[in-house]
Amino acid sequence: MPEMLIRGGRILDPSQGIDQVDDLWIADDQIAGLGPPAVSRHQNSTQPIVVDATGCIVSPGFVDLHCHLRDPGFEEKETIATGTRAAARGGFTTVCCMANTNPPIDSRAVVEYVQRTAHVTGVVRVLPVAAITRHMAGQELVEMGELAQAGVVAFSDDGRAVGSSRIMRYALEYSKMVDRPIAPHCEDRDLVSDGVMNEGPVATRLGLKGWPATGEEIEIARDILLAELTGGRLHLCHVTTAGGVELVRRAKEKGIRVTAEAMPHHLTLTDEWVAGKRWDGRSAEPYDTNTKVNPPLRAEADRRALVAGLRDGTIDCIATDHAPHTLVDKQCEYDFAAFGLSVFETALGALLRLVQAGDLDLPTLVSRLTVDPARAYRLPYGTLRPGAAADVAIFDPSAEWVVDPSQFASRGRNTPLAGQTLRGRVLVTIAGGRIVHLADDRRLAQTPSVREHVR
Amino acid sequence: MAERVLMTEPEIRRALARIAHEIVERNAGVGDLILVGIRTRGVPLARRLAEKLEELENVHPPLGELDITFYRDDLGRRALHPVVHRSEVPVDVNDRRIVLVDDVLFTGRSIRAAMDALMDFGRPRAIQLAILVDRGHRELPIRADYVGKNVPTARDEEVQVRLTETDGRDEVVIVR
Amino acid sequence: MNRRHVLDLDDFTADEIELVMQTTDAMKEVLARPIRRVPPLRGKTIVTLFYENSTRTRVSFELAAKNLSADVVNITASASSVTKGESLVDTIRTIQALGADVIVIRHSQAGAPYVVAQHLRGSVINAGDGWHAHPTQSLLDLYTIRERLGPVAGKSVVIVGDILHSRVARSNVWGMTRAGARVTLCGPATLMPPLGGDGLPPVTVDYDLDRALEGADVVMALRIQRERQTGGMLPSLREYVERYQLTPARLRRARPGALVMHPGPMNEGVEISPEVAYGAQSVIEDQVANGVAVRMALLYLLVGERTTELAAAPAPVGARR
Repeated sequence: MPEMLIRGGRILDPSQGIDQVDDLWIADDQIAGLGPPAVSRHQNSTQPIVVDATGCIVSPGFVDLHCHLRDPGFEEKETIATGTRAAARGGFTTVCCMANTNPPIDSRAVVEYVQRTAHVTGVVRVLPVAAITRHMAGQELVEMGELAQAGVVAFSDDGRAVGSSRIMRYALEYSKMVDRPIAPHCEDRDLVSDGVMNEGPVATRLGLKGWPATGEEIEIARDILLAELTGGRLHLCHVTTAGGVELVRRAKEKGIRVTAEAMPHHLTLTDEWVAGKRWDGRSAEPYDTNTKVNPPLRAEADRRALVAGLRDGTIDCIATDHAPHTLVDKQCEYDFAAFGLSVFETALGALLRLVQAGDLDLPTLVSRLTVDPARAYRLPYGTLRPGAAADVAIFDPSAEWVVDPSQFASRGRNTPLAGQTLRGRVLVTIAGGRIVHLADDRRLAQTPSVREHVR
Repeated sequence: MAERVLMTEPEIRRALARIAHEIVERNAGVGDLILVGIRTRGVPLARRLAEKLEELENVHPPLGELDITFYRDDLGRRALHPVVHRSEVPVDVNDRRIVLVDDVLFTGRSIRAAMDALMDFGRPRAIQLAILVDRGHRELPIRADYVGKNVPTARDEEVQVRLTETDGRDEVVIVR
Repeated sequence: MNRRHVLDLDDFTADEIELVMQTTDAMKEVLARPIRRVPPLRGKTIVTLFYENSTRTRVSFELAAKNLSADVVNITASASSVTKGESLVDTIRTIQALGADVIVIRHSQAGAPYVVAQHLRGSVINAGDGWHAHPTQSLLDLYTIRERLGPVAGKSVVIVGDILHSRVARSNVWGMTRAGARVTLCGPATLMPPLGGDGLPPVTVDYDLDRALEGADVVMALRIQRERQTGGMLPSLREYVERYQLTPARLRRARPGALVMHPGPMNEGVEISPEVAYGAQSVIEDQVANGVAVRMALLYLLVGERTTELAAAPAPVGARR
């Protein structure tokens, strides 16, 4: 591979506190460094590939601790090939895929299937998350030792809560031995029952069964107490409520080992979207099943608390919960529709609204997408430090585009953002030194040598 | 838009008086007559005719009001439906003579609709038609039994009947 | 009326409600004729698609359609998740292909009529969807009040019972407040949904029926279901009867001549005592009779409006307002 030069962009790497306009060099699939080329680099005989990043942000490739690639078992919704391409288009270079496949990721064989398939067909790094319990049934622990050895980065029964406090305690205790976090989906099944949207006035108006915030907070509180009891590492999946943020804040003050993630949709959308609210002011029809997600879109006060928590670091990082579904999973009555949104390709554009609104500064946003998730799972990614894997996202924070799900790389077109205009677009994604996404952008087309190297 | 007066208030009064005489003469009295006005302006015209008939014969014939909206054949061709009102036919129409009253006779379609509507109330012995202005351009084989005034018009002209009860004054104008 | 569908009352203006009321007057006159049939919907096909049993509502729509000379096709179906049997969208596409000018839909899931509206070129009338809405019921309730008490504006209306699970309560909160009435919702706290904010229009909530009834012009009792006891939301029906049954003694707290309403079917002796249900102040039978007239008015106002558009592609449903 020839060297690569990313020229003239604003280098934003929160892992090193770097925020400056500069050139970035890549060599041997690793970050080589910033600035003018060192003499040693010229010893390479070939000319470098040049990517013009003028006017763009150059950041570490994004790290997603929580996505659903649906492979094996639900390839009609997504495959590792399509899912990783969608991730690349969103600027993600490392994705942790959840265990609720069929069969679930609860054995070495399935872990190896995911790793092998990702190696052959994937374009970004795929790190499997294993189930906490066998068959995700909430009864018996998976073989955490063997699975950790096989390379899983965390344990999660995501999509289902671990109902038993006893099993959750064992999981947190046992996982200490393999030093991997337990990442629960917090939902009190008895309280939530068959709720389909946030409990509150909007649900009242629509006559839909409420999914109360308390149903999430009860389990967050329980799991924090169990983490305190056991000393295990707890990573809370998709926190969505003001009360949840407050519980995490207090736990961190007490020194309990807990990290937490929030999703782009919970940070930017509210339950009013189920009733038809949209950013562009043209209200959509109510009951759009592409607003149905678990946990549900919450009230505006929750959203604000979540953003505040993200800003002050109570919420460590952003994860996507990319959850693709087929049309038939969604084209039906709201109660019958599948939970989940296709998020990869809209995540950055949606999140930049927080920056544009002044709720978050850009370096913090980039930090929450890169080094912060990497730290939560102790991954060596999300940084432009010399010697690190050459994972880079180049995005234009002011480019406007209209979301058109039919153009998604993902098989899941289930997004409530269809037709919305987003400001901020990923132009180039480099994963492990290879260009895995190159937007159809005129400025880049002027450097034809780049296109030849797109995987 | 230019307006030309076709009938003044005294002319309308005289026309209605003549029609009342013709009704009495034709029916040999007002014994089993019912006057039924077609909404909107047929209703006050029917009321005025009834008063004239009472002056002549000392009998006030029963009055009815007909809303023909349901029976129009242009429903669905129009952008919005007209507001429909109740019809009031206070007595049994079976075997009675009915004089339908309307302001303008044009294509004949309203009268066709009115006859359909009336038939849904029963089986009258006969239906006659009294009209203030006949402007021609019939599309159906319908003619009036009593006519206030025959007015030749162009198809794109509009004849407007204004009555004190609905419009604050009595006059008939042609608008082009 | 410039709308394609009747899905909820939340988007009805006061003027639109008044137009429905006036048109209903005309329909009542038709119903009083010896031949209760007029021709404006001749050649139109109305499909009633019921995923929930409701003889009363289905027959009411069927009579309404037939009184306007429409052809009526009745379909009963069962709701299930998409993987089992024919999906709602499949069913709608079939009905669409076979030709329907209006679908009247009753469904156990909130929002199902909106799914239908998105896939149908004709009109959709919501005949009740889950807990969400039952707009024609509210319109007939409004008509019944107006017929007995005159203008609804300024009247005090108490709705008592299982508010949480009631589409009738939700639609009446919209309809009554839009028409200018003051609404009090009354029932046990476990059967009262979260209110305020961006939900329903402002209403008063009172858990005490005796207090809520003071000065009421209209009292509407809702059906209470036994499942609420087994589901843990009520200690017992006995206690519910004790606290919330509409009895002659309680009714005396309302204004003299206050109307008693019930959307049916009633559990006599549970939410309402038989003396009240069949007493002088009850207009429950009027509600049923007026239901046909109101549904005739809506069918008349919706159908035939857009015959030329029917051949075109489905308009975005957002255009219904």
